[in-house]
Amino acid sequence: MRMSEIQVEDIVKKFGDFTAVDHISFNVEEGEIFGLLGPNGAGKSTLIRMLATLSRPTSGTALIGGYDIIKEDSKVRTLIGLVSEKLIMYERLTAKENLEFFGKLYGVPEDQMKKSIVELLELVQMTKWKDVQVGTFSTGMRQRVNIIRALLNQPKVLFLDEPTLGLDPQTTVEIREFIKKINQENGMTVILTTHMMVEADLLCKHIGIVDHGKIVALDTSPNLKKLISGGDATVLEFVIPNFDTTILSALKSLSCVNGVSQEDPTHIMVQAIGADAFDTIIDSIRAQNGKITSVSSREPSLEDVFLQITGHEVRDSATQKIAVQRRGFMGRGARARVR
Amino acid sequence: MYHVYLVARKDLTELFRNRLGLAMLIIMPIFMMGMVGFIFPSNQSLGKVTLAVANEDQAYGLQKGQLTTSGLLVTYLNRMDNFTITQVSSIDDVRGMIQRGEVEGGIVIPANFTSTLNSGRQGTIIIVTDQSNPQMSALLQGAMTAIFHQIGAAFAEQKIEALIPTIKNPIAIIQPLTVNTQGAVPGNFSYFEFMAPGIMAMNVMMSVMTGLPAAISHEREIGTLDGMMVAPINRLSIILGKTLAQTMRGLLQGTLILIMAVTLFGVTIQGSIPLIFGLLLLDVFSFVGIGIVITSFAKDQETATMMMMTIMFPMMFLSGVFFPTQQMPWYMQDISKLIPLSYATTALRKVLVLGAGIPAISSEIAVLAAFGIVFTAIAIPLFKRNMTR
Repeated sequence: MRMSEIQVEDIVKKFGDFTAVDHISFNVEEGEIFGLLGPNGAGKSTLIRMLATLSRPTSGTALIGGYDIIKEDSKVRTLIGLVSEKLIMYERLTAKENLEFFGKLYGVPEDQMKKSIVELLELVQMTKWKDVQVGTFSTGMRQRVNIIRALLNQPKVLFLDEPTLGLDPQTTVEIREFIKKINQENGMTVILTTHMMVEADLLCKHIGIVDHGKIVALDTSPNLKKLISGGDATVLEFVIPNFDTTILSALKSLSCVNGVSQEDPTHIMVQAIGADAFDTIIDSIRAQNGKITSVSSREPSLEDVFLQITGHEVRDSATQKIAVQRRGFMGRGARARVR
Repeated sequence: MYHVYLVARKDLTELFRNRLGLAMLIIMPIFMMGMVGFIFPSNQSLGKVTLAVANEDQAYGLQKGQLTTSGLLVTYLNRMDNFTITQVSSIDDVRGMIQRGEVEGGIVIPANFTSTLNSGRQGTIIIVTDQSNPQMSALLQGAMTAIFHQIGAAFAEQKIEALIPTIKNPIAIIQPLTVNTQGAVPGNFSYFEFMAPGIMAMNVMMSVMTGLPAAISHEREIGTLDGMMVAPINRLSIILGKTLAQTMRGLLQGTLILIMAVTLFGVTIQGSIPLIFGLLLLDVFSFVGIGIVITSFAKDQETATMMMMTIMFPMMFLSGVFFPTQQMPWYMQDISKLIPLSYATTALRKVLVLGAGIPAISSEIAVLAAFGIVFTAIAIPLFKRNMTR
């Protein structure tokens, strides 16, 4: 059994009356990629900020590499690298100047830093842009430089807070590959937060599902999927142009239905159990005069696990979506769930 | 210390790459100096005053080939370079022209002026002022009173000479006393001499008061502050580095103002230049604490700006940068004593205008240092606590 690189012990963060992180405890093994999965506002970023010594816990603490994040915060800071939700880059400095500035602040010896800047820039294919001001870069280019910035001090623990947020699909894939690579090559422990089930599924060994400031489930991805009862769970996707609350309540009242979620007004997903679930559900929709224009079924995903565990209902996720869209308007273009 | 330097250098690099911002940095003090130097009235601003003159004196023009006393007065006024005279016929015309804004003031010589004088009584001249411009009317009133005083004295001189032909120095009988005004240091003084030290002190103050909270809250908002905060360095060096950068910026502006004051506005520096810069640095020190306190409380840039404005405006007006505090009512003077900028302005003024040395401004230095120490002592723990909210 390998030692725990990170031990989070009953950590709490309150902002006034609001509890952002509510008594969370977990351990992360050395060298693994640990995922914190949850919707926006679940408390993931607050948790990361506390672990990265940027925010003081209201109570509880955590050990990183054996050091206490409150009492030995300066020791902790020598061990960590941070990629936060916001880019840590100065627009008026060039890529190289940014890296050098942070490298020096992070106490990287001069010659070693020069070498690693060259190597890391090459690794993310940004060498030819090194003397260009970051302000002219695309989001994807910025994020690539931003991630290698966090690697300059060769941290033992790397925090990645929504590293692929707002990136195009191609860059997203590249960044994920890159995260995998650095984890495998350097044995770096990575804590990754995401609201994308796919991302957690692809990268993480263990996944903690965070909702309303609590970890509601923590296991490996296959084990989490098994949580949705035995093998006969399915997810049915319907397109019903005249979908309404009557159909919704009819569906929810069925014993074979575990959960219903709504992608948009006509597009719904139903988690169901049992061999005859398909018939029962279709009959129920028909009985409420629902017109089904499309139906498909698939294996449960982490998203369904999330839905199952958090028990979020359609109404909840709808309001969440609105909240996310508002945030997206403020410059964080991302959907609540990308499948 | 190395990290302080790193942060400061980074900030200055950013500053110098922001061309528009840099241009503003240079233009702002020029505007400031030009504005405050020219908008406030001074004796020189009486340079070309437009006046309406109504001579209602009935004796005027009666004696052929010889001017009446009132006619003589008007001729006097016409000869003066400082006034543009429009002759009108009555006091109502004078009032009308002032109301229409055609002239800045008026003079009325009443009927019977010459005959009153000739009958051995005092003649009265009416000065009509524009009440909508109190500064101007006060100045005009003063200037006209002085002018008529002189003219009156000249008349009296003639009369006495006529009465006592043997007299050698008739003016000594009429005005036994005369005033000769001298400044503490030789030379001519303009309003710029008064303004320049205040503007310098204020600009340097603004750079730490507004620049520091704005810079930190900006970095907090865009997220780069986190990048510095996760570095294994003393977090104080972040704010000290930023302060250093802002101080450099402030001193740069201060230097610009000084150069402009000397080259463009003819200000002469009486005191030592190193002492001026020393005082500016002390000025910065006395404000750093307040700047850090604001930084610690303000969550975003908008709040920071609002907090700064609230604090800065009273400071600007109560510290004697624009108006001497001695003109203010006593309670306002008391408030002004609570503002460090007042002391910085006074000290700078003493050095720049009066050529004072350190002993003459030791009390100001002590107060500024005390302000700095007290606020820094409050600010540093506050900053440390609030950075990890």
